[in-house]
Amino acid sequence: MTDKVILEVKNLKKYFRVGRKRILKAVDGVSFSVKQGEVLGLVGESGCGKTTVGRTVARIYEPTAGRIIFDGTDITDLPEKDLVSFRRRLQMIFQDPYASLDPRMTVGEIIAEPLDVHHLASGAERLERIQYLLNVVGLNPEHANRFPHEFSGGQRQRIGIARALAVDPDFIIADEPISSLDVSIQAQVVNLLTSLQEQRGLSFMFIAHDLSMVRHISHRVAVMYLGKIVEIAPSRQVYRHPLHPYTRALMSANPIPDPDVESTRQRIILPGEVPSPINLPPGCRFAPRCSEAKEICRAAIPALCEAESGHYVACFLYGDAVESSGDAVAGDGLAV
Amino acid sequence: MITFRPKPEDFMPVTLAQHEAEALTRPPISYWQDVWMRFRKNRLATIGLTVLAIMAVMAVIGPIISPWDYRTQDYGHFNEFISSRHWFGTDYLGRDIFTRLWYGTRISIFIGVMAALIDLAIGVVYGGIAGYFGGVLDDIMMRIVDVLYAIPYLLVVILLLVVMEPGLWTIILAMSITGWVGMARLVRGQILQLREMEYVLAAKSMGTPPKRIIARHLVPNTMGVVLVNLTMTIPGAIFGEAFLSFIGLGVPMPLASLGTIANEGYQVLKIHPHCMVIPAIAISLLILSFNFVGDGLRDALDPRLRQ
Amino acid sequence: MAVAEASLNEPASDVLLSIQDLKVSFHTYAGTVHAVRGVSFDLKRHGALAVVGESGCGKTVTVQAVMRLTPMPPGRIDGGKVLFNGRDILALSEKEMQSIRGKEIGMVFQDPMTGLNPTMTVGRQITEGLIKHQGLSAREAWKRAIELLRMVEIPNPDIRAKQYPHQFSGGMRQRAMMAIALACQPELLIADEPTTSLDVTIQAQILDLLKDLRQKLGMSLILITHNLGVVARLAEDIVVMYAGKVVEKGKASDIFYRSRHPYTRDLLRSVPRLDAPERQTLASIPGTPPDLFVPPPGCAFAPRCRYTMKICTEAEPEMTEARPGHFAACWLWHPDNPNPPVRDFKEGGGDQ
Repeated sequence: MTDKVILEVKNLKKYFRVGRKRILKAVDGVSFSVKQGEVLGLVGESGCGKTTVGRTVARIYEPTAGRIIFDGTDITDLPEKDLVSFRRRLQMIFQDPYASLDPRMTVGEIIAEPLDVHHLASGAERLERIQYLLNVVGLNPEHANRFPHEFSGGQRQRIGIARALAVDPDFIIADEPISSLDVSIQAQVVNLLTSLQEQRGLSFMFIAHDLSMVRHISHRVAVMYLGKIVEIAPSRQVYRHPLHPYTRALMSANPIPDPDVESTRQRIILPGEVPSPINLPPGCRFAPRCSEAKEICRAAIPALCEAESGHYVACFLYGDAVESSGDAVAGDGLAV
Repeated sequence: MITFRPKPEDFMPVTLAQHEAEALTRPPISYWQDVWMRFRKNRLATIGLTVLAIMAVMAVIGPIISPWDYRTQDYGHFNEFISSRHWFGTDYLGRDIFTRLWYGTRISIFIGVMAALIDLAIGVVYGGIAGYFGGVLDDIMMRIVDVLYAIPYLLVVILLLVVMEPGLWTIILAMSITGWVGMARLVRGQILQLREMEYVLAAKSMGTPPKRIIARHLVPNTMGVVLVNLTMTIPGAIFGEAFLSFIGLGVPMPLASLGTIANEGYQVLKIHPHCMVIPAIAISLLILSFNFVGDGLRDALDPRLRQ
Repeated sequence: MAVAEASLNEPASDVLLSIQDLKVSFHTYAGTVHAVRGVSFDLKRHGALAVVGESGCGKTVTVQAVMRLTPMPPGRIDGGKVLFNGRDILALSEKEMQSIRGKEIGMVFQDPMTGLNPTMTVGRQITEGLIKHQGLSAREAWKRAIELLRMVEIPNPDIRAKQYPHQFSGGMRQRAMMAIALACQPELLIADEPTTSLDVTIQAQILDLLKDLRQKLGMSLILITHNLGVVARLAEDIVVMYAGKVVEKGKASDIFYRSRHPYTRDLLRSVPRLDAPERQTLASIPGTPPDLFVPPPGCAFAPRCRYTMKICTEAEPEMTEARPGHFAACWLWHPDNPNPPVRDFKEGGGDQ
């Protein structure tokens, strides 16, 4: 890992219009950065906006506000024709290995698609590259002529990884790459991703809902709740010393595969469910479910502040910084 | 408990090649091979396809193997019943029904297929554009479709046939002028769904230009439903033409379609029922077969019924 | 007191459900899938048993057969017995079965929407079983339905009972389905991946509820899951399945701390733990489970196993008893194996 920041996201927002008037604030002011060779984990429950963050950073969705700076270039407003190099250097791995591979294409065609789009290889070179990539992800080179439906979930996910690696990217966004896979296969895919990341010095954004897997693969972990990052810290810190009440609850809800540990563990059971991102509660979004909520929590939104070195948390238990209103920074890139 | 006694050498460790754990045991089959395998499992669909094939072949060779021409009258043999001279008998003008039947089948299938293909071409492009670009464009395009859909089909057809010179192409045009609307809606719906599929997002994220996304991902993946719809529009068009011919708006004399033949037979139905029954059977068989094939295809393409 | 009373009415056996050599296959156009290939295990009365395995291992097909819910065709039960309170469920008529389903055995599904009728209020769905099986009047049944919703901790049960499933969130639906399954106080509750589609914090709520209810109602539980954390929290006994067969079964502590089958052991090590060091390589199992169109001749796990021996690819291993009640189907522990890998399988030991 180097100190060079490869991706910087500042106050990113992505709103969706639902129906006529209502607005779904899927991502509402998220800032983070990823260093070269670093793995940043993004965790949260369904509907917290983690997938939207990934897709907006990859410019699949147009950001509503905020800045996305990739390797020194602000790509937020670049038109598609100027995104060619960005599109090559950043690749995605998707969640559903059944939906992310076109059923009408052979595995070879799928893996070579980015090569074809960027005109990087053709003829014998292209074929060689396909076989090399299949090998990297542990599949047989003869599989190039098969169709996706002939493979198991784990094998398909590895085909997706081979596709992402085809153009030698610098940055990979993996959106829940293992959540639909079987346990033994999850380990295969995670080990493959980790070793590729280390060998090639790739930077990674690893999006998932399973805190134990994210913590396992990431250098740093960001926890999201209802469109905001509530805590971001080195993985070790997140486990040993989680600060935000939501992170603590998430941690304690995660069952550990060990009956003795489980029978003695103290658990925080969160009451209620995640509110809808269309009708957001005022103040801190976690306040309605938080056992430690104070009066201020229901009135103002806490800002993400450094509580310990490198450990950021957005909670009034650790400081009273209030988040500046989003409108002030929506128009320009000055806010950090 | 233990019944089988293995020998000690059986317990020697062996190393299995890594690729064996990844081996695919089933033979490779492509998407369409898989569809074909499932289609063949469907009894009715297979029968439908066979009947269609026979009728198509007969439509081509029927008039050739028959000694008679479709328009030549055999004087002295009017309204004749099935005989060795005229295999399916003759009509009220002494024309050979066997020849006319296959000739009419040829015209009917031609009209059906052409009308369906025009529907397909317009519908796929129109629906594809509306679905892919979405937003305001989609709204406008779909409102136009709604308006077209609201105009009674028969009215348009009759008006058009009155204004234009009667003929084969007029009928085809009349039927496809509103016919493509259904296809456009279907394709738009499909594209809207596919647009959010992860493989399309994947293509977008790697910078695939829209043209290529449409051509490589969206169109091939809508082909299934389009094909099913096509096999359902063809019999619709054939039936439509037969209906128009029956009410006297069909192909002009001396051309013959199954509809006009049935119409002519209808005049003498009470005395010579075979003149009407034979073309009626042909129309029914044709439409039924197309529907069986369409149903079979739909089931074979249904992803929920896979494996 | 309650226990003494119960034991008077019960038969001597303390086994509630016994599955013996169950075989189920599915016939498709592409061939026959042997989904369950001779599965046997017992569930103790008042016990909590987890059936663990990956997708396609046959765990769901097994419990479907217990409920007689195997879709036929394409499914077919090729053999075996399912004894529930000593009666063979597979030999019952559909009518007799209906009086067992819902009354004596309740079931909770993975996708709460498949278990609920979208066109009926949740309250009506609960009363249905009560009226049918327990002969309650509509008014009594409604009162009981509200009690049940309260028992599964649904807030404002009297209002909720009048709502339709789509007005419930995922976690609430799962609770509603539990209320339906528990309406007639079944002796056995089968929960098929009850928390898989839920978020972790909601999963924790549901698991706590299941644990509480089991103690309160004294029912037995079969839990189908692939999540070993969930198993650790709820199960007393564990059955591990692979490729349509039971590979290991025993008490939870036997499986978690003294597993004998290489598959079980690798499976346990392939799960990251929140209390383990960061970024450590997980033990992964290479390859993919076999395609059950063509079941392999020997042990189905042999191609992925790190201890494969010559015999493993030739003959199917039989169950050997490691200690009372703990069985594993692996050639490594066959009495004739001259070098069983005792050291590798020592408690907490291994090749780390």
